Amino acid sequence: MIRDITVGQYYPAESVLHGLDPRTKLFGVLVFIISVFVFRTFPGYLVATIFLVGMIALCKVPPSFIFRGLKPILFILALTMVFNVLLTPGEILWQWKFLRITREGLVLAAKMAIRLVYLVIGSSILTLTTTPNQLTSGMERAFRPLNRLHVPVHEVAMMMSIALRFIPILLEETDKIMKAQIARGADFETGNIIQKAKNMVPLLVPLFISAFRRANDLAMAMEARCYHGGDERTQMKPLVYSAKDRIAYLILLAYLAAAILFRITGW
Amino acid sequence: MSIELKNVTYTYSPGTTYAITALKNINLQIPEGQFLGIIGHTGSGKSTLIQHLNALIRPTEGEILYHGKNIWDEDYDRRKLRSEVGLVFQYPEHQLFENDVLSDVCFGPMNQGLSREQAEVEARKALASVGLKEKHFKKSPFELSGGQKKRTAIAGVLAMNPKYLILDEPTAGLDPRGRDEILDQIAYLHKERGISIVLVSHSMEDIAKYASRLIVMNHGEVAYDGTPREVFQNYRELEAMGLAAPKMVYIMHELSGRGLNVDVNASTVEEAKESILAALKEKKSPLQGKAVSAEKKQDPLSARSEAAAGGAAGEEQV
Repeated sequence: MIRDITVGQYYPAESVLHGLDPRTKLFGVLVFIISVFVFRTFPGYLVATIFLVGMIALCKVPPSFIFRGLKPILFILALTMVFNVLLTPGEILWQWKFLRITREGLVLAAKMAIRLVYLVIGSSILTLTTTPNQLTSGMERAFRPLNRLHVPVHEVAMMMSIALRFIPILLEETDKIMKAQIARGADFETGNIIQKAKNMVPLLVPLFISAFRRANDLAMAMEARCYHGGDERTQMKPLVYSAKDRIAYLILLAYLAAAILFRITGW
Repeated sequence: MSIELKNVTYTYSPGTTYAITALKNINLQIPEGQFLGIIGHTGSGKSTLIQHLNALIRPTEGEILYHGKNIWDEDYDRRKLRSEVGLVFQYPEHQLFENDVLSDVCFGPMNQGLSREQAEVEARKALASVGLKEKHFKKSPFELSGGQKKRTAIAGVLAMNPKYLILDEPTAGLDPRGRDEILDQIAYLHKERGISIVLVSHSMEDIAKYASRLIVMNHGEVAYDGTPREVFQNYRELEAMGLAAPKMVYIMHELSGRGLNVDVNASTVEEAKESILAALKEKKSPLQGKAVSAEKKQDPLSARSEAAAGGAAGEEQV
């Protein structure tokens, strides 16, 4: 039951995007997000669409997987569209009592929807083609300059990767404990909210105990291997840019330049 | 009166790249009153199989009948089924959550709708039958030792008075003494209270000693189904699956290969002892002189097996 939830939602495949350095992909997502806000006109969005479709074609992840990420934002999407359509002042196309639809409202709603959908798809391409571990090590490298400002970059990255690593383990544990309690007649589905919360006790107590036990074991194992934080620590697989990454950077910069050009010329 | 699996197939995460078929077309009948052992290496599908028996997992294909009724019918009462088919998971001590041992064991019977008083009666009975002493009843479950926790957890399922008791490696992580105690308790429940047992184990010795029927799982299929003696005859095939027959089977085959007339299918220490002693006697009487060398070779072995058998008998009384 719980096993079906995909976390971190990495989709294993062999594609150009999977092979890129995580820093390149982080930069790519950043550029794409900026471009989505820099473009203001429909020809501009066409350029963004071409770019996005290109990426979807390159990443070899089935599109159904990519669009699945849109489900959680459908509600927000619908809500913003309704408000934009109904509440933007301008040239009135249709009116009923206090509700009115304006031309400006429709245009604004469409642009908002495009932005939201593109943001989600763009960032899910990143998480679909990059393992959580690659992602954190990419972030660690990208944020390393912050060390100068006494930001514990390595420690934060380590915490992130441990947390990510533990999500599937804890999910599996939850599944196991849940089944064990269901086997003893526990009921996690029926009842009102208070009853439901009460019924969670047989699940949560063992889960917390197991989480603490695992944390304790992990801390012990790390200490036994002389882990002492970020200073002078080297990586087993240091990130190195390849020719592919350089090409990717060029494409991204060209795309960003195009976006800025569109904005300046007012297209 | 039985649990019956008909063409049961189960696939994890069907339709994704992570899809794994854990069970392939399983047909199985577990009559009431049996002591069934299930063996298979890690990932052979035995844990998935037993979770089907009390409707924790719904088969992707096929059906499961309990007393002739399909347990996945719309109006089937699966909660009642779960109280009749009790399942004890591996490391059951990880499910304990109450403030004291007695309350934790009461959880099951109270979910069945008993009052706290009635539940306590059942809980005390269950705790007594797993051999946990009264002085522990008011302790926090987390103060107990590993073996005691395990027994508390088994009592938690037993207190629901199941007709079937399914145990997934109940002896994992226990020392030999704790292991024998738990297994003897389970054998006692089978014998005295007539509970049908399904025991999942890695230990061939344990299965040989207790089970009357053995199923070997391999790659999601039933590879062998028969009495332990029958199954262990295929010890070479078992090895190919990454399993092994009990050590006694190897010793007996070795002895037989060297010309001693022993029963090669003896799989427990007790059976092996009887067979070796009988074979030696037989050899001694017609040809006194020739048997000496063979007898010398066997002597330490039979002495050891006697000691082991004596030890096991001694622990049964504990």
